[in-house]
Amino acid sequence: MADGTPRPRAVLGDAVWGVRAYGFIVAMWVRSTMAYRASFAMMLAANFATTFLDFAAIMIMFSQVDALGGFTLPEVAFLYGTSCVAFGLSDLLLGTAERVGRRVRDGTMDVLLTRPVPVLSQLAADRFALRRLGRIIQGSLVLGWAVLRLDLDWTPGRVALLFSMVLSGAAIFGCVFVLGGAFQFWAQDASEVQNAFTYGGTTLLQYPPTVFGKELVRGVTFVVPLAFVNWLPALRLLGRDDPLGLPGGLDFASPAVALLCCAVTGLVWRAGLRAYRSTGS
Amino acid sequence: MHLLRLNFAVALSGFRRYATYRVATAAGVFTNTVFGFILAYTFIALWHERPHLGGYDQSQALTFVWIGQAMLAGAALMGGGFQDEFHERIRNGDVAIDLYRPVDLQLWWLASDLGRAAFQLLGRGVAPLAVGALAFDLALPSSPWVWLRFLLAVWLAVVVSFALRYLFALCGFWLLDATGLNALSTLLSLFFSGMLLPLTVFPGAFGEVARLLPWSATLQVPADVLLGTHPGGSAAGLAFQAGWALVLLAAGRALQTAATRKVVVQGG
Repeated sequence: MADGTPRPRAVLGDAVWGVRAYGFIVAMWVRSTMAYRASFAMMLAANFATTFLDFAAIMIMFSQVDALGGFTLPEVAFLYGTSCVAFGLSDLLLGTAERVGRRVRDGTMDVLLTRPVPVLSQLAADRFALRRLGRIIQGSLVLGWAVLRLDLDWTPGRVALLFSMVLSGAAIFGCVFVLGGAFQFWAQDASEVQNAFTYGGTTLLQYPPTVFGKELVRGVTFVVPLAFVNWLPALRLLGRDDPLGLPGGLDFASPAVALLCCAVTGLVWRAGLRAYRSTGS
Repeated sequence: MHLLRLNFAVALSGFRRYATYRVATAAGVFTNTVFGFILAYTFIALWHERPHLGGYDQSQALTFVWIGQAMLAGAALMGGGFQDEFHERIRNGDVAIDLYRPVDLQLWWLASDLGRAAFQLLGRGVAPLAVGALAFDLALPSSPWVWLRFLLAVWLAVVVSFALRYLFALCGFWLLDATGLNALSTLLSLFFSGMLLPLTVFPGAFGEVARLLPWSATLQVPADVLLGTHPGGSAAGLAFQAGWALVLLAAGRALQTAATRKVVVQGG
């Protein structure tokens, strides 16, 4: 209802304004967070430690075995690091979009509609949590360790693939967050469903695809394209065959898949916003 | 008699309160089930490499996964339940009103949390365990006595979990902002309950210490009671849980007395 029919010339301007407005609101939240520095430092440390537990579990597993699904610890750490950084970026930038259901319930969604700023910008920037850097830092450290231990030949092409993988992965996870938010316009109390795809997704991608059943791997390749976050490009970098035997070109398809996801997400988000009915019964 | 009736009524209303949100419950069941599948596959890979790791065979390890998912919400292994609400009442001073009431603060919250747990064990626990049992070969016992002992162990797990969260929430009397403490409580619970990996898999002395901590009473011990793998038998496991429950509830009682005596309620 807020968007109306987009006019071609105005679309780009709207997008730029949306991003700028997002930046303003984020800056405001960062400033307010920094007013309590000690509290922020503690929350950052807590975030770091909590997200590190998953890797602690993996390390305990490898204290008992030499390989998991045929993958060594540095290889699993590489998958863990890429999944964790990609997810961490999307969680930092868009994670609060999952609060749609709560806003619909308590009626504060209406306030967002009355302001001259795209609703998604406001939602994603609301309560921007800088402490979520903890996950990104933690994932980057593990990824750095894995890269040092793996002893791969880092040609410029491979470095580019690594960066495009992490950025595309962040975009794909971001789409999952926004799709989950849009879904809540219809099913308000079901916000926990998206945890299965966001937190569940990043946990899944921390392990090699050989660990999971083929149906599950097919599902996260073709239905929810999480395999493009890290599995397919990472297998290429690690010199491994992918268990589904897909054409090799797909290893480089992550940016294209991310763009496609963004387009679909944009349409679903608009549909969700139009379906919004204010509470007030 | 009156006290029993009162606390039963509080527990019942806790049950009803959580039973209201059916869509949220269904969403939780879905998420627990998805996580169960992810963990189950990683456990299959792990036990394929090292059969009998931690004293479990593969089907026992898978049973452990699904018990964990079934108890996650009920035993509040990721925190939550009354903890946030109680902490908020301490933070904004409403706890002063609670202290005026002619009921015991700790028992009141315990009763309401037991009601919540009863609903979440039924509403969010049974379905994931059933799906897990259909999809994988689980080592579920056939003897009704083992299930009865397991139910008792689950009940004690909820009490121990409550007592731990009550202690953490009470710290809010001294620390104005306890969000950091809440994060710490969730962290300890996730890691030392056995939610990420069974504590029997933890190596060496670290594992031995982890198995003695109170968090092991919230998942590791109930799972071992069901699987019949608790060292020293199920009775020893139940006694371990009951011991921690008593110690922690007593500590909560002592801390509560200290808190209400010494601390000026905020805003007053």
